[in-house]
Amino acid sequence: MSTIEERVKKIIVEQLGVKEEEVKPEASFENDLGADSLDTVELVMALEEEFETEIPDEEAEKIKTVQAAIDYVTNHAND
Amino acid sequence: MTTTMQGQVALVTGASRGIGRAIAEQLVAQGVKVVGTATSDNGAQAISDYLGDNGQGLRLDVTDADSVAAVLKTIDDNYGQLDILVNNAGITKDNLLMRLKDDDWDAVIDTNLKSVYRLSKAVLRGMMKRRFGRIINISSVVGTTGNPGQTNYCAAKAGVEGFSKSLAQEVAGRGITVNCVAPGFIDTDMTKALTEEQKQAIFANIPAARLGQPEEVAAATVFLASPGAAYITGETIHVNGGLAMV
Repeated sequence: MSTIEERVKKIIVEQLGVKEEEVKPEASFENDLGADSLDTVELVMALEEEFETEIPDEEAEKIKTVQAAIDYVTNHAND
Repeated sequence: MTTTMQGQVALVTGASRGIGRAIAEQLVAQGVKVVGTATSDNGAQAISDYLGDNGQGLRLDVTDADSVAAVLKTIDDNYGQLDILVNNAGITKDNLLMRLKDDDWDAVIDTNLKSVYRLSKAVLRGMMKRRFGRIINISSVVGTTGNPGQTNYCAAKAGVEGFSKSLAQEVAGRGITVNCVAPGFIDTDMTKALTEEQKQAIFANIPAARLGQPEEVAAATVFLASPGAAYITGETIHVNGGLAMV
């Protein structure tokens, strides 16, 4: 079973079409990984499905970096 | 690029008669499975009757988010992912603004404009994931030209066109197109409700010198849903016999 960190990174690689080594914890989706606003919405949708959770809009807006995504899922995921 | 619509799934609101029915029938002719909606059980049954094995009729209140969710779940369960959404359901509550009631304003805006927001938002997630989708909103020529006695209806229809252009820009990169078809004076129950005075005024301005048929609006709609229209988005196709050239 993969760790949460690995699963989150895998989703980011798939959704944003970036290389795994680019997905550093401090990397910003929009500034470093080339995501536009719709990409980040889709990324949150993908995280919701992978971890079977609902991420409220006000929380989703704060998920701007790889680490923020990992932290959110770690604190809220059902599994 | 797929060159056929065979096996695609469409939702057409307001499909029991008129333009909606013509659209549903022409989609079926292209091999599309169609779910058509009506506000009553009788209307839904009538749709099921004419669709036969090619889809079904469902009851839908486009102003009710729960009703929208229920219909979309039924589509997903019975037919799978939705490819085409045709927002056709609409009402008129005509009156001069001086006499227009708040309820008549609200009902027209909710049914004709907010419903488009509600349904489009609800289907977008699936379309985004699949990188494919067609949203076609049935607008009206009066959204462009205005029409006395229809401030509410014209506001809603112009709103639908602005909505469509904005959404088209948001999702174009995901293979989803959003367009409008703007009928002119079409031979349906809705135009039968116009007064003789209104009809004469409109007829005098139609170069084609006749009413349009629902099938002529449906043809433009099916084109926008077809693979050949993949590069057209944020557009409004006017089907009005020359009544307004924009």
